[in-house]
Amino acid sequence: MPYKTLILCSKICDGMNAYMAYKVTTKTSLNLFNRNEFTVKRRFSDFLGLHSKLASKYLHIGYIVPPAPEKSIVGMTKVKVGKEDLSSAEFVEKRRSALERYLMRTVNHPALLKDPDVIQFLESTELPRAVSTQALSGAGILRMVNKAAEAVNKMTIKMNESDAWFEEKQQQFENLDVQLRKLHASVESLVCHRKELSVNTASFAKSAAMLGNSEDHTALSRALSQLAEVEEKIDQLHQEQAYADFYLFSELLGDYVRLITAGVFDHRMKTWSKWQDAQVMLQRKREAEAKLQYANKPDKLQQAKEEIKEWEAKVQQGERDFEQISKNIRREVGRFEKQRVKDFKVVIIKYLESLVHTQQQLIKYWEAFLPEAKAIA
Amino acid sequence: KGSNEESAPSVSANSIKITDITQDGETLTFAITSQKSSSSAGVCVFRTYEDFDWLQQSLLSQEDVPGLLGVIFPPLPGKPLPSTSFTQAKALKQFGFLALGDEWKIYCKALELYLQQVAAHTTLSKSKALSSFFSSTESPGKHRGKKGIFKRLSHVMEEMRKEGHKDVDKFFQSERDSCTHLSVLFKVSTEKFLDTVLTKQKLAVACGHFSTSLHLVCNHDNPAAVTFSKICLKLSDIIEAVKVNFEKVSDNDVSSMGLALDLESRYQEAKKEMLFRRTCKLVELEAANRNSERAKPNKKAIMEGVQKATQKEFNLISSVAKKEIEQYHRARVSVLRDFLVSWCEKQLSTAQETSALFSQHLEACRGFVV
Repeated sequence: MPYKTLILCSKICDGMNAYMAYKVTTKTSLNLFNRNEFTVKRRFSDFLGLHSKLASKYLHIGYIVPPAPEKSIVGMTKVKVGKEDLSSAEFVEKRRSALERYLMRTVNHPALLKDPDVIQFLESTELPRAVSTQALSGAGILRMVNKAAEAVNKMTIKMNESDAWFEEKQQQFENLDVQLRKLHASVESLVCHRKELSVNTASFAKSAAMLGNSEDHTALSRALSQLAEVEEKIDQLHQEQAYADFYLFSELLGDYVRLITAGVFDHRMKTWSKWQDAQVMLQRKREAEAKLQYANKPDKLQQAKEEIKEWEAKVQQGERDFEQISKNIRREVGRFEKQRVKDFKVVIIKYLESLVHTQQQLIKYWEAFLPEAKAIA
Repeated sequence: KGSNEESAPSVSANSIKITDITQDGETLTFAITSQKSSSSAGVCVFRTYEDFDWLQQSLLSQEDVPGLLGVIFPPLPGKPLPSTSFTQAKALKQFGFLALGDEWKIYCKALELYLQQVAAHTTLSKSKALSSFFSSTESPGKHRGKKGIFKRLSHVMEEMRKEGHKDVDKFFQSERDSCTHLSVLFKVSTEKFLDTVLTKQKLAVACGHFSTSLHLVCNHDNPAAVTFSKICLKLSDIIEAVKVNFEKVSDNDVSSMGLALDLESRYQEAKKEMLFRRTCKLVELEAANRNSERAKPNKKAIMEGVQKATQKEFNLISSVAKKEIEQYHRARVSVLRDFLVSWCEKQLSTAQETSALFSQHLEACRGFVV
């Protein structure tokens, strides 16, 4: 079912208040929405609120819910590339881009797109204020809570994996996590060096300009001044390329690492565990009822029979839940793997376009400089 | 010992090439080919750095060359240190750009230029030491002559005072001032340019790591995973191309602009040294004048003799120096022009190659079916 939903985030400074708000524009052809194009104003805490709701609704049934945008701009390798200045242009752009990618991932998920909270988030002019952000600070705390529970459960749950697919997939995801982190670190190093190159180039450009000013020979002086200008332009190219490196690759890789640490496999284990516990409990209840058969306590016997019915239902529910989450995860993983290929292809093409653009600019600059150099006589 | 022989055919400067370099332990040996201007027969000699040093010292200590102190001597690059004994960082500090490049390529180019400059110099090209350097089968550096007795620029207080000594000639005062100012600026530019080159090399290494990591993303369990692996390999090729581009760009930088800046810096030092020698002679002359004035009658004749001799030397030096400076200005502009043009052409060519390669990759990726 082909459709096009595009979300654009741009920042608006709310003059009267001290917080940053973002303009969220949605363009869509879907019937889910009242109009084809609409804009709302949202705060960062609103995004966290949305994520929190979606996570609580869908994580435990095996959906890969896009993780909330990071609160801090410090990269995953904890390398501070520039000061963490909340008002700096770089910080705002990073956050804006992250929020946009978060929403796009959310609406690209066929189930999440239909979720009323998502629709409300995109459409409603007024949104009920999210509860204090401390409690909702991103995927961070959610993950902490999940991981704590998982840590406990991992110690006690030894799941009889009847399905080799899950075991393999989990292993693959763990490997992928390692690989992605490594790639992410490589890209961060690349970005860092490119920024360094930009600084060095600007510095050289300045020194060349000074040379041009002090040089007596007219043509040589002019050539040196032109050289300084060329280097300044090249510095600009380095900066743009560093942005491309960062916004295309670094952020993509970071997103994917956060995506696969969302913990769907652990939820499946918990669901299985709950089902097993129900079976154990059912067994106990049956044993208790059997004992009561000979105890001549009709009230208690009746209660026992009712409890058996209750736990039989729970066991059935547990089995259904487990089958459902297994089915959901299989589907989600398939979708994830297809989406991943699409995402990477898009990014690689954009990156190549930026690389081609840079080279073509360089060609222009050098072609313009060559006659100046030749004119020195 | 160096003395002029007008009759000996001189080596053709343009024919001088350093064709090979071999390393034996700590010693580097350079193979140098050249032709005499009178014949087309090529000669090949093998020289070590000691031989170059011997040549430079011989040139500096030539007798019978009027006004030799006024000559701007082509600067000889410092003694090469094989990588076994020095770290890259130390080499960079000592030699700047000459330490870069594979297999001493840039250093050899600098040595080659030195020989060409000596052979092209109107006075120095006539030196016996030079022709011996190019033709003698034995290594001339083994027989060490007397060292140059010239005052080299040092940073002793005494010397610095002399360096600032006011000149009697406007032309020379202005040359000295601009020399000081410009040489600082060129030094700074050289350092900054070197920084950019080193960062480009770091970027190449970082791209290498990134490209290798992408190779490791390998999974063939299902069609989507296979496609993803293919995409990662594609990206790995692209990043590899980015790396190669950085390497080419920095090579271009080093072999043209880097070499130019290094040469310019060292030649400015050589000019500064010549001007300083002249200034020292001026100080000596002014002292001789004072001595002559204040001399007691019995010493007067001697002092006047010294004063006359010193005046004559100073005039000779100044006239040689003036010609040298004019030649220097002409030559330097021409050299810088050639290097700037070469640098620009190389970078343009690399950019065109790389642009075509990236465009190819782009087309391939656009057609990639997911």
